[in-house]
Amino acid sequence: MPETAALLAHLESMRRIRSFEEEVTRLRATGDIVGSVHLCNGQEAIYVGACAALDLSRDAVFPTYRGHGWTLACGAPPHALFAELLGRATGINGGRGGSAYLSAPEYGMYGENSIVGAGAPIAAGAALAATFDGSGRVALAAFGDGAMNQGAVHEAMNFAAVRALPVIFLVENNHYSELTPIADMVRVDRLFKRASAYGMPGARIDGNDPEAVRQAVAEAVRRARSGAGPVLLEAMTQRIVGHYIGDAQHYRPSGDLDAALAAEPIGRLARELLGLGVAQSELDELEARVAREIADASARALADPVADPTTVLEHLYA
Amino acid sequence: MPETKNLSYAESVNAALRRALAERPEALLFGEDVAAPGGVFGVTKGLRREFGDRVFDTPISESAILGGAVGAAMFGRRPIAEIMWADFSLVALDQLVNQAANVRYVSRGSLSAPLTVRTQQGNAPGACAQHSQSLEAFFAHVPGLRVCLPATHQDAYDLLLSAIWCNDPVIVIENRTLYHAGKQQVQLGGDVQPVGGAAVRRPGRDVTVLTWGALQHRVLEAAGRLAGDGIEAEVLDARWVRPLDLEAVLASVRRTGRLVVAHEAHTVGGVGGEVLAAVAEAGLPLRCPPVRIGAPDTRIPAAPGLAAAVIPSTEVIAEAITKSVRA
Repeated sequence: MPETAALLAHLESMRRIRSFEEEVTRLRATGDIVGSVHLCNGQEAIYVGACAALDLSRDAVFPTYRGHGWTLACGAPPHALFAELLGRATGINGGRGGSAYLSAPEYGMYGENSIVGAGAPIAAGAALAATFDGSGRVALAAFGDGAMNQGAVHEAMNFAAVRALPVIFLVENNHYSELTPIADMVRVDRLFKRASAYGMPGARIDGNDPEAVRQAVAEAVRRARSGAGPVLLEAMTQRIVGHYIGDAQHYRPSGDLDAALAAEPIGRLARELLGLGVAQSELDELEARVAREIADASARALADPVADPTTVLEHLYA
Repeated sequence: MPETKNLSYAESVNAALRRALAERPEALLFGEDVAAPGGVFGVTKGLRREFGDRVFDTPISESAILGGAVGAAMFGRRPIAEIMWADFSLVALDQLVNQAANVRYVSRGSLSAPLTVRTQQGNAPGACAQHSQSLEAFFAHVPGLRVCLPATHQDAYDLLLSAIWCNDPVIVIENRTLYHAGKQQVQLGGDVQPVGGAAVRRPGRDVTVLTWGALQHRVLEAAGRLAGDGIEAEVLDARWVRPLDLEAVLASVRRTGRLVVAHEAHTVGGVGGEVLAAVAEAGLPLRCPPVRIGAPDTRIPAAPGLAAAVIPSTEVIAEAITKSVRA
């Protein structure tokens, strides 16, 4: 049984991501954030659990879009992330990345990808480098269920398997391939079963339980570091929001969203902690602390100067 | 220590790869059939034996090859990835255009992807439409990428080393008709030059003919013939189409007052149009309208006779130069 303190840390990290996304929703409504924004509400347990199993001083995470949660779970400061979404000079990528193409390598986050599945071969490349540099690095490629139908993902899995590269392929299966049920897009909806075709282990895990994710990823990390090669994990979760802000989700059958809300990881872990004897007041205090942190980060980012257009040509070439 | 050897173009590429692998322990060489088989054109022969695991064969998976190169380059390796035919790069263009070209810019220089893609392109007798294209304009259009087309044995050696030493993603486009078409003296072991810079292949006063890639050999043949008619064409090898050495082009055109651009790629949307636009924007006074020579707007057919009607011939080039000078 994990320590209560570890579970409280999971809860705080998940709550930070959720509060961040709620504030992004507000800033999108006011027009301070513009453009297409894909939120990760409901999927926080995957990011928090996986990052808890990685050594981000050497391991490398390659998420696909819906990446705010990954970036925060890796430890990037909410202020720098808000600033990025707001096009501020203080943004974590100086306004060049935006919501769907973030990177924060100083925190082990090597680039969200807004091309579905394209990060998988790049993660394999990071793992390939590790087989030569003695770093012991493990690369984690995270992508949605829809990306499992991208050629690049198949190529990356085969390449990683045949070379026994230290990669973890982590599918965030939220049941929707953008706006279409994944079950309508595949004949076999147990996506982890594809692992056997490439000669690597595959498993379906509870993606709404950060501790279950942490344990599965930790085992995959051990395996990868030992030289045994890649693993495919299918973390089952749900979105409790649309594919993008403004998505009315007419495609979701009635009851689907209610079920997702009932199973979402933050309420679930809070209930678990209460059952373990943690006081409601402690959870309330955690919630208030995170809310203050996010409100402060957002306000500071809003007050920051916008990115300077005179720098727009910089950093194209070495 | 610099030394001179009598090498084929393919052997010159091989020598550059050998030097890169020897001098840059972070260099990796991989692609389809490059290791044990030594490459389908024999270009990478012997390197696996000499450098072991740093030279390896990959599945037929261009996305994995190029994406793997991007990821490995981000983490301190210096990957040299071979795409067997330039046409196959289109299978994984995402990894070059959306990924490699963005890495440095979007991260404000905190990440980079110093990878080299070696490929070869163009038509040769008997090649089908999916193995005959000239795609440099595709790559040259993308900010963040660098693109060169070595056309001499010495450049096959020098430009590849410049590419591998460069801290940006570079695409080196070779040409299979050159690989085994005779040997030349090649100086090995000299200083590695920074990327960029055109070369004058034949000086002349009457007209500037800018070219690159294998077509330059037809251009030089045409220029040689025309010299007998009293036309002195200056043949300039762009070598790098990104960054293009516009200064060299403008300086030459200032002297000659005439410009012909000749490339094997399609004329429409090609780099030749870009050169003409740049010369026009520079406001250089021309003695006659500038000319582009390239493949007409059609696919490249398989039958050698049909393909020859599409790829600019020495005669077509000579005629265009003559018309330009006599206009």
